[in-house]
Amino acid sequence: MTARLAGKVALITGAARGIGRAQAVRFAREGADIIALDVCGPVDTVVIPSSTPDDLDETARLVSGTGARIVTEIVDIRDPGPLKVAVDRGVTAFGGLDIVCATAGITSRGFATEMPEATWQTMLDVNLSGVWRTCKVTAPHLIARGAGSVILVSSIAGMRGLVGVAHYTAAKHGVVGLMRTLANELAPHGIRVNSVHPTNVDTPMIQNEAVSSAFRPDLDRAPTRDEFAAAARTMNMLDIPWVEPLDVANACLFLASDEARYITAVTLPVDAGSTQR
Amino acid sequence: MTGLIGKVVVVTGASRGTGRVHCQRFADEGADVIAVDVAEAQNDLRDTAAEVNQRGRRCVAAVADVRDAEALDAAIGTAVGELGRLDVIVANAGIHAPGAPTWELTEEAWRHTLDINLTGVWHTVKSGVPRIGAHGGSVVIISSTNGLRGTPNTAHYTASKHAVVGLARTLANELGPRGIRVNTVHPGAVGTPMVLNEATFRRLRPDLPNPTADDAAEVLQSRNLLPVPWLEPVDIANAVVFLASDEARYITGTQLVVDAGLTQKTT
Repeated sequence: MTARLAGKVALITGAARGIGRAQAVRFAREGADIIALDVCGPVDTVVIPSSTPDDLDETARLVSGTGARIVTEIVDIRDPGPLKVAVDRGVTAFGGLDIVCATAGITSRGFATEMPEATWQTMLDVNLSGVWRTCKVTAPHLIARGAGSVILVSSIAGMRGLVGVAHYTAAKHGVVGLMRTLANELAPHGIRVNSVHPTNVDTPMIQNEAVSSAFRPDLDRAPTRDEFAAAARTMNMLDIPWVEPLDVANACLFLASDEARYITAVTLPVDAGSTQR
Repeated sequence: MTGLIGKVVVVTGASRGTGRVHCQRFADEGADVIAVDVAEAQNDLRDTAAEVNQRGRRCVAAVADVRDAEALDAAIGTAVGELGRLDVIVANAGIHAPGAPTWELTEEAWRHTLDINLTGVWHTVKSGVPRIGAHGGSVVIISSTNGLRGTPNTAHYTASKHAVVGLARTLANELGPRGIRVNTVHPGAVGTPMVLNEATFRRLRPDLPNPTADDAAEVLQSRNLLPVPWLEPVDIANAVVFLASDEARYITGTQLVVDAGLTQKTT
C-alpha cells in the first residue's frame, strides 16, 4: 500500500509527548514531513509534570527513524508573535503546509464555583485561544496551497460535561464551535476542518497523581495504576480504562488523508463509547 | 495493516452502488465477503462477486430480502458456514422512495421504507451478531444526513434513518462488553442511481422542463461546504473500512458524517 501522506507536510502542536508525539510518528510513517511544536516547560496553574526539551528531542528521534524529516520549535501557543515565527520557519523549511493538528492542551482541576480566576483564564488561553492562534497562523499557508486538513483535538468534554473541570469542558466545547465556523470559512479554499474527541488517553496528562486521585476519592492516598484503571474503566462502553495515543493518531490520520477528502465539519469521537454510555 | 486480512464481512444491498464498492474496498483490504441482495438483483450480485474474486478474495452471494428475517438468517447462516467465520456487518441495504408532505404519505409508503431501512437493519444485525466470534467485531450501519436532520417531504426516510441511530446506540451498549463495536455512517448525496435519476433532477430543478445531471449538480453543490455536488461511493466505503478496521478499535457508538459539509453549512 502506498504511503497515505506521501509528500505532505504536517504541523503538530504539543508534539513533545502523548497524542502529539503519536501523531508525529504515525504521520511520518505514512510519508509526511513533520513540524513539531511544544512549549517544553511548565504552565502556571497546571500541577501535572510538564513536557521537556528532551521529550521533543525524543519525538524528533522517533520521526527521523521513519526516514521522514522533522523541524522542532519550542514555543508557547499563548504567544502569537513567536508562534507565527516558529510556524513560518517550519513551513519555509519544507516549502509548504498541508496538515495541521492543534493538539497542545493542558489540564487542571477545580469545581466551577470555587475555581480561581487564573486557573480558568489559563485553561481558556491554552486549550481554546491557543487552538485559535494555531489555526490563525497556519491557515494562510493552507490557503496558499489551496488544500489542506485541519484537525482540532477536543475531548469527550467537548461533547458533554465532566465534573470538576468546567474550564476544560468550556474550552473543549469552544473548540467545536471554532471548528464549525472555520470549516465554513475554509471550505471555499478546499480546506477541511474537523475535531476529534478522545476519552482518557494513556499519556502523562492523566497518568499523574492529580488526575488519578480525582478518580479515586475513596482512597486516602494516591491510587496505583490499576486502582486508577478500575475507576477509569467505568467511564467507557468498551472494557478498557483508556485508549492509547496511537488510537487518536490513527483517527487523525484518517481525517488527514485523502480517504476523508469529503469529510469536513465533523466531530469524531475516539472514546470507547464513553459519550453514548 | 488495517487488521482485515482473512476477516469475513457481510454487506447488505451489495449488488450495486455503494454496496458493491464496500465489497470491493473490503476485498482490497484482504477480507472475504458475503454479498446480500434481493433475488431481482442476482445478475448485479454476480458482478459484485466477480469484483471481489478479481482481488483474490472469496465472495459468497446470499440472496435474501432484508424484510424476510427467516430467509435472511438462513442465507447469512449458510454463507458464514461456507466462509467459516464472521467479523464485520455492514447494514447498507436501503431505499429512498418518492416522498410527499408528511400528512400526505400513505400508510403503504411509510411502512415500505421503515420495513427496509429500519427493520431490515435490525434483521441484519439480529442474524449477524450472534455469528461474530469471541474475538469481537464491528457493525457499521449506513444511515444518512437525514439521520441527523430533517428535510421536507422525507418523513418516512428521515424517521427510518434517525431510528437506526437509536438502534446503533443501544446495540453499542449491549455489545461493548463482547468487544463488538457499533457505529453509523451518515453520507450526504452520493453519485449513485439513488441520486442520479430523473425524478431527483426534477425535484431539484422544478424551474427547468428537462433538467439534467449537471443542472441538479449546481443545486446540490450549493448545499455543500466543499465544492463538489456529490460524493463517490468509495468515499463512503473508505469511512466504513476505517470504522471496521483495527485503527478504529476503540471507536463505538458514534455517528461518522461523510457529507462534504452539508449538515454544517450555515449560509
